[in-house]
Amino acid sequence: MQFVHSEEQQMIRASARSFLESYDSARLRAALAAPGGYEVALWQQISSELGWCGLAIPEAYGGAGLGWVELCILQEEQGRRLAASPFFATVALGAALVRECATASQQGELLTHVAAGGVRIACALGGPDGRPPPEGVAVSLESRAGGLVLSGVSDFVIHADSADLLLVLARGEDPQELSLLMLPPASAGVSIEPHVMLDLTRPMSRVRFAQVRIGEDALLGARGTAAAGIGRALDLARIALASEALGAAERVLEMTTEYVKQRIQFGRAIGSFQALKHRLADMMIEVEAARSAAWYAACVADEAPQELPEAAATAKSYCCDAFYNCAASAIQLHGGLGFTWEHEVQLYFKRARASATLLGSPAWQRERLLRALELGATPTPVF
Amino acid sequence: MQLGFTAAEERFRSEAAGWLEAQLAGPFRDLRGESSMSGKLERRMAWERELGAARFSCIGWPQEFGGRDATLAEQVIFAEEYARAGAPGRIGHMGIELAGPTILAFGTAAQKARFLPPIARGEEFWCQGYSEPNAGSDLANVRTRAELTQGQAGPEWLINGQKIWTSLAQFADWSFVVCRTEEGSRGHRGLSYLLVPMRQSAVTVRPIRQMTGEAEFNETFFADARTAADNVVGAVGDGWRIAMGTLAFERGVSTLGQQMNFRNELDAIIAAARANGLLGDPAIRQRLAHAHIGLKLMRYSALRMLSNAQEGRLANEAYTYKIFWATWRKKLGELAADVLGPAGEIAAAAPYEWELLMRVFLGARADTIYGGTNQIQRNIIAERALGLPREPRGG
Repeated sequence: MQFVHSEEQQMIRASARSFLESYDSARLRAALAAPGGYEVALWQQISSELGWCGLAIPEAYGGAGLGWVELCILQEEQGRRLAASPFFATVALGAALVRECATASQQGELLTHVAAGGVRIACALGGPDGRPPPEGVAVSLESRAGGLVLSGVSDFVIHADSADLLLVLARGEDPQELSLLMLPPASAGVSIEPHVMLDLTRPMSRVRFAQVRIGEDALLGARGTAAAGIGRALDLARIALASEALGAAERVLEMTTEYVKQRIQFGRAIGSFQALKHRLADMMIEVEAARSAAWYAACVADEAPQELPEAAATAKSYCCDAFYNCAASAIQLHGGLGFTWEHEVQLYFKRARASATLLGSPAWQRERLLRALELGATPTPVF
Repeated sequence: MQLGFTAAEERFRSEAAGWLEAQLAGPFRDLRGESSMSGKLERRMAWERELGAARFSCIGWPQEFGGRDATLAEQVIFAEEYARAGAPGRIGHMGIELAGPTILAFGTAAQKARFLPPIARGEEFWCQGYSEPNAGSDLANVRTRAELTQGQAGPEWLINGQKIWTSLAQFADWSFVVCRTEEGSRGHRGLSYLLVPMRQSAVTVRPIRQMTGEAEFNETFFADARTAADNVVGAVGDGWRIAMGTLAFERGVSTLGQQMNFRNELDAIIAAARANGLLGDPAIRQRLAHAHIGLKLMRYSALRMLSNAQEGRLANEAYTYKIFWATWRKKLGELAADVLGPAGEIAAAAPYEWELLMRVFLGARADTIYGGTNQIQRNIIAERALGLPREPRGG
């Protein structure tokens, strides 16, 4: 039992932090205006030079063979900078889906590709109503003469407009049967409609499937059997998302602490007023509890699969709530400046809101947690 | 990062679990599940002696003082098994968690040899003499005075003053008392950390009845009380540093045991909600989930804190731990009262006795006050952890 990061893990954090040091506000703003909503140079460095995409992929597939603990360190560090890139969609979500659902030979092919940084994956999971899978799935898979046909709509698909590969979750004729499929975004009948999203740092699209014909080889794993694997992969992604929220909350606390130390009113630094100090203390209390939640959940992902649903629900709900509360306090404590478009804090606030609703809201996670603990059930919160 | 335990640690777990089960199914079965602060006093003292005889009382201490030199992992394991077995709350905790570790860290060789073994054997019990009527949050405003005099058996301290909120003082053998030893000094300067025998006629203990109806706390009066000149921990005048050191030990492994009591309280709330149907109420369910999550995070934070402490670091979570659990438990008490509804407002017995859940509701109001109020905790977090400008201080 040792609940602190090892020296090697601390080195991963230190090198990621120093690499992202130069990803400042100006670069972030430029990235948001770029096609696809991210900076290509940053993604190329992350994926090709630094090997981040392969960190948690087995060595047999060209990865570093490390675990979710290490991947979540990278998520924290990218969260601190709101680094917009296909990393989360490709690695924390896409590679996790492949790992949990695909056959061994498919894993070999796809994960090798991910580890090498050669593919950007977008995952079309839920539908336009925003409910997390399996409830929200609004794409259906049917057999037709000579193959399979996908039809329906998926929504909130992260970085779909710049992806090289789409993973699609579809219902079968029996709606309980879920299948995971892969296809090129340019396939005939697939249309991608980017939204203007509240959170400018995580672009999302609606993806329509109009009678898209695919072969059996598009199935990842056996048809109709994806439900359990999807559940595990989504929990892994929730833990990664919680880690990102933790990093962002921590950064928001730092920014606000610096601001109240240098902002002078009534002849003294406003950080000397107890009304503000106590609010900052409350932010730190939440950040530290969020850290415990995210770190523990990352350990569970590597060591204790039986605890995964509980740990993921705990980390996702707590870390996203903490991030939102911290970002909201940060706006208040920055005063008028915090309400401007120019100041970064609004970007964190919007990321916080969007992270909370992604893959099941905090309230949704809490109801799910009680079910995992066998404490009965009431109607699930819709989102 | 590693959550699991080694084979050797798991063997220690079986040994501890086996011993606890044998005791609590056998000679001490009357104490199973006893969670009050000081009920069944004589039996609880016997239990402390039994733990001591088996060297299960202070396992992290060096063997020469009655411990086992246990590793952090073993201490965590013992805390878990202790709670799992339903073993009673430790009435010796003031000595085990506060006085002992302070003497171990700052005491002389003679003080260690004199005071530690009787604590570890469960033979001497302690209480804490910090707060005074005019030294609450402003703890450095201590007025209890001690002066060196020549007694019959040699030089000794003569102590005069009043301490308050001294829990367990009614049966303690010793007290660690922060006294002003420098005439005319103010604030945290001129204080000393004295070890004072409680069983002398110059010490009077008067219970304070709390809003719960119980009387767990006391006022303690010192009127020419005496202790030997060498019963001072650290240098004369360095008592503030030692006293603050003691408070740091309050964040030790015992927090894991405290969490087990919280778990029992939450389980009782869930059982009540199941019984009256509120387990199907979505709003109550969200609060139950919040409570469950908060409790889990306390455990994870404690593990982080202990892991960091083992590497000699006082990390951020140590600053936020107290206010987190205290605030959590106050909300837990409110959840308990809401789950019970009006039925909860009828006392269990005269004159003013309450079942567990309403004791949590009432008792939790103290959690955000003692050991540093939430407001003081926020000042400490803001100033020491975040580095914000300090509050103006008088004196």
